[in-house]
Amino acid sequence: MIDGLFTWFDNRLAISRSGRHLLNKIFPDHWSFMIGEIALYSFIVLLATGVFLTLYFVPSGQDVIYHGVYKPLEGQVVSAAFKSTVDLSFAVRGGLLMRQMHHWSANIFIGSIVVHMLRVFFTGAFRRPRELNWLIGTTLMILGIVNGFLGYSIPDDLVSGTGIRIAYSILESIPFVGSYLATLLFGGVFPGDGSIIPRFFILHVLVVPLIILGLLGAHLGMLMKHKHSQFPGNGAREENVVGAPLWPNFFLKTQGFLFLTVAVTTLLGAFVQINPIWLYGPYVPFHVSYAVQPDWYMGWLDGALRVMPSWELHLPGHMIPNVFFPAVLMPGITFNVMMAWPWIEAKFSGDTAEHHLLDRPSHRPVRTAVGAAVLSFYFVLFGASATDVLANYLSISLNTVLLMFRVLCVVVPLIVYPITYFICKEMSQAKGGGRRKSFNVVIRSAEGGYSTVPTEAYAGYARETLEPVSVEEVDLSSILNGAEPTTPAGVYQIPRD
Amino acid sequence: MSDHLHNVAGEPVSPDAPQFAVATANPRRLEIVAGLTFFGALLAFLGFGAAFWRNANNEILGGTLGLGFLLFGVAMVIWGKYLTPRGPFSEPRPLMETTQLEHDELVADFASRGRVAFGRRKFLGAMITASGAVFGVVALFPLVRSLGPLPKKTFYSTKWRKGSYVATIDGRRLKATDLVTGTLATVFPEDDLGGAISQTVLIRVQDSGAVTTKPGRESWGPEGFLAFSKVCTHAGCPVGLYEQTTKQLLCPCHQSLFDVTTGATPIFGPAPRPLPQLPLFVDGEGYLRAQGDYDEPVGPGFWERGGTN
Repeated sequence: MIDGLFTWFDNRLAISRSGRHLLNKIFPDHWSFMIGEIALYSFIVLLATGVFLTLYFVPSGQDVIYHGVYKPLEGQVVSAAFKSTVDLSFAVRGGLLMRQMHHWSANIFIGSIVVHMLRVFFTGAFRRPRELNWLIGTTLMILGIVNGFLGYSIPDDLVSGTGIRIAYSILESIPFVGSYLATLLFGGVFPGDGSIIPRFFILHVLVVPLIILGLLGAHLGMLMKHKHSQFPGNGAREENVVGAPLWPNFFLKTQGFLFLTVAVTTLLGAFVQINPIWLYGPYVPFHVSYAVQPDWYMGWLDGALRVMPSWELHLPGHMIPNVFFPAVLMPGITFNVMMAWPWIEAKFSGDTAEHHLLDRPSHRPVRTAVGAAVLSFYFVLFGASATDVLANYLSISLNTVLLMFRVLCVVVPLIVYPITYFICKEMSQAKGGGRRKSFNVVIRSAEGGYSTVPTEAYAGYARETLEPVSVEEVDLSSILNGAEPTTPAGVYQIPRD
Repeated sequence: MSDHLHNVAGEPVSPDAPQFAVATANPRRLEIVAGLTFFGALLAFLGFGAAFWRNANNEILGGTLGLGFLLFGVAMVIWGKYLTPRGPFSEPRPLMETTQLEHDELVADFASRGRVAFGRRKFLGAMITASGAVFGVVALFPLVRSLGPLPKKTFYSTKWRKGSYVATIDGRRLKATDLVTGTLATVFPEDDLGGAISQTVLIRVQDSGAVTTKPGRESWGPEGFLAFSKVCTHAGCPVGLYEQTTKQLLCPCHQSLFDVTTGATPIFGPAPRPLPQLPLFVDGEGYLRAQGDYDEPVGPGFWERGGTN
């Protein structure tokens, strides 16, 4: 039957020709390559649960009076968006599970993208020919953050409403066009004419996901074209891919991994409450509550808003408001430098060659140290978004906590850089570092002597053999003149004791 | 991609090569493990169906469903990891480079064929550019004009007017006797109850006498009352927390601290400007009323605002 069906399609689409190539496609095996898969599968969860949510969510800022299952809200004036979110959580079977899964998988989606980017960064996988895919990946991360913000904003609860208010102020702060952008998007001075919820909704469920979907296709298409990068060893070279074939190995494993991702999301949705908007209450412009923190991926921005000193720029007849610097300029620089990194690095290293073999982070001390230092800066900002909670929890003055974070976001990166650099230097010179450990079999001979024999790797594994490469001759005249010997580019100089 | 599976050395492997042997020494045992795990998933999915049918709570619904997915995934990974060809295999990777010939041929086709269509058609080129550009510009009109109103002067005023009564959210006009010293209320002009921009925090800092926060504001704080815009000058959150002993207002969003008695000047945190003060007076009947609107735009800054006021 299946054979007949296959023949039917084959006679119309000539699957056999390309299909065989596809089945034989090789996927390298490394745990760090699975992080991007988590992002992909979270996106599937987002689409599936998101479609469910749209069946019940009412994207409207219209005031209604709440009558429903959740008694503490009975009789209160809330927006239709808020009411429908509470209703779909309590009155729709499985609704709460779907909502919590959706919210959790959004967090996992962006989280796995970030970790995936770190993997790509620290192993140098962004180098030629993958610069374009790095750009697309960065764009996907930004879109993920944007859509996460739009998504948690539309239930119109007190916490997210405060976030929308701050977003309005940030938009308003942009020089030249800020006030226009703000009034156009919101339909007037804050809170606008009620159009922000439906507008955020259509951006959240249609526009941004479509762009994400398109870029995701391009991202994976380029992955297919370039074939996956791989770590050296076990016969992996620039001109080949070593690993498991798509059929059946990779297919089974990655499908299993899809279900594991869905399982974790489902269990989180079942047991770990997230965004209980009925506890926050509806958004009221003159209400606000303690410990207003956004979702984790906005934390660095919130932290930046807090640690920013109270400066603004006054020009004749004009001004650049305070929030512009931490909330527009800083992310702008962040994302631009991030996108430009492949070119920045190539500029400094002079390395524009095609690379398919990945670096061990410790073998690239400068890149790794720069990455770690920059990352630590954003970690500090992230921590700074909890100043109020920390002050309360540690029973110290809020001012002390804030001052501490202002100092930390300068000091920590300065400390992290040299520490990382020297750890990398140490690690890259350790004997056997980065090699897969193989088991040794201890054999006792009849005479009672012991000997160890390393086990054979899997059958067929070729030992990594390096072909001799001719080396540029070292100019000895400089040594005779008392100067340091120069090393030809690309040659690793063995340290001498 | 290739027609054959290759070993690591790049040679095609025959179906009886060791690479095609199953990846575990004991496939039978793992088959049983995976099979039982699938069966566990089946039971969990059945449990989910039953839970849904009975309208069980979120933990049971998600717990059964999640357990089902978990077992299903684990079984599939076992299957894919151990009951498959052990490999390793390799395939050649063509580098991302083309020959000069391929490059030249493309350029030649593009240029020679293109010349027929585009060469010496300057008028056509100018017209397509011009009409496209005009469309591009007019396409912005509906976008700009119908999305929302232009800001104009809307950022510069609130609904407070000369003589506006100071009212609470439920519309009750406040008298000077309504607030005891050390307390505060969120107030609005009567025609904008709950207004996001007009919201004002009314604080009684002393029992009697005018409170002067700054020179020129001698008459703004009658009978111990001060009123400030509740919209934070930093990012627009409502400045909702008042510390009675220090007479300070705190914004809970980014922890800007304002000193009330000196005119809500920011003393800590990111807020760059004082909260605008609303001039008050007490009328003959004892009602608190506004002397007029704020004398500066409330809330966070924007490009056209200019200056320190």
